[in-house]
Amino acid sequence: MRDADFFRRWMAAAAAAVEQEADRLTELDSPIGDADHGSNMLRGFIAVRAALDAEAPATPGAVLQLAGRTLISTVGGASGPLYGTLLRRTGKELGEAAEVSDDELCKALYAGVGAVALLGGAAPGDKTMLDALVPGVAALNTSYRAAGDAADNGAQATVPMLARKGRASYLGERSIGHQDPGATSSALLLGALADVADASGGQR
Amino acid sequence: MTGAGSGLVGIVLVSHSAPVAEAVAELARGLAVGGPDAPMAPVAAAGGTADGGLGTSAERILAAAREVDRGAGVALLADLGSSVLTVKALLADDELPPGSRLVDAPFLEGAVAAMVAASAGVPLPAVESAAAEAYAYRKA
Repeated sequence: MRDADFFRRWMAAAAAAVEQEADRLTELDSPIGDADHGSNMLRGFIAVRAALDAEAPATPGAVLQLAGRTLISTVGGASGPLYGTLLRRTGKELGEAAEVSDDELCKALYAGVGAVALLGGAAPGDKTMLDALVPGVAALNTSYRAAGDAADNGAQATVPMLARKGRASYLGERSIGHQDPGATSSALLLGALADVADASGGQR
Repeated sequence: MTGAGSGLVGIVLVSHSAPVAEAVAELARGLAVGGPDAPMAPVAAAGGTADGGLGTSAERILAAAREVDRGAGVALLADLGSSVLTVKALLADDELPPGSRLVDAPFLEGAVAAMVAASAGVPLPAVESAAAEAYAYRKA
């Protein structure tokens, strides 16, 4: 079972990963985006860390809902409402339980990813964060590490894709040949989850 | 129903840029003027990030919606990407005033149409369709 502390550690690990990779995210966002994905995500996750420290939510659901709300208010770009919706919807699905099982988390993340797809109107193959999230969450049935790896592979698989959503879609064919920054940050998020699960033992 | 008859529909203009949101609000106000005694619908600009950069601020959107809410509903018009997604995310979480709607319309033309309609005192669905009709106006 996973308690609120596990989810706080997940968000802290995600913040650390975003911090470490912020420059790379912005670099990926330069040829096909507006070159601010790294700084936007960093601003958002620094605020998430501060909000979780200040409020110390007591349940897994409350941790993710606070993190999601904070991202929507602070990121400033499209990744704010998209990641905010992912975490907030996942948190709502987890409800008010003090501890949740791996299966419950898996199911809740499915709902979160579905909410992201609905909000952005995107589908896998459109060269968006869904190309990492969908295979990542599907592999969560196997293990946390498999989820992180599948998300990472999904992000790399966006390179030959034609962007159909967001600013990159205005570039048409010129969007081909670049890895999607949103899929890359999604892989960081699921990679952070795998790291925290590994460190806490009790692999599913 | 969202308090029909208790006031005019409010309008919020959400843009990536504070000057763009302000300028479109100014234009919409100017073209909605009916006469010295005619009512003018409340309109508020929510442009740019909190630190004045390009992007979207959820706080600015919430503040603008509360400012223009007269109990008859609030029509929100958004320009691009995160402006649209942030309004949708706020609506999904019921954070905006009751009767708030994201209007599917071109930003500038829709804002003018919405202001003219709202200032005439029509209810929110009519403000919405006036703004949406701006899509049908071909320029070439």
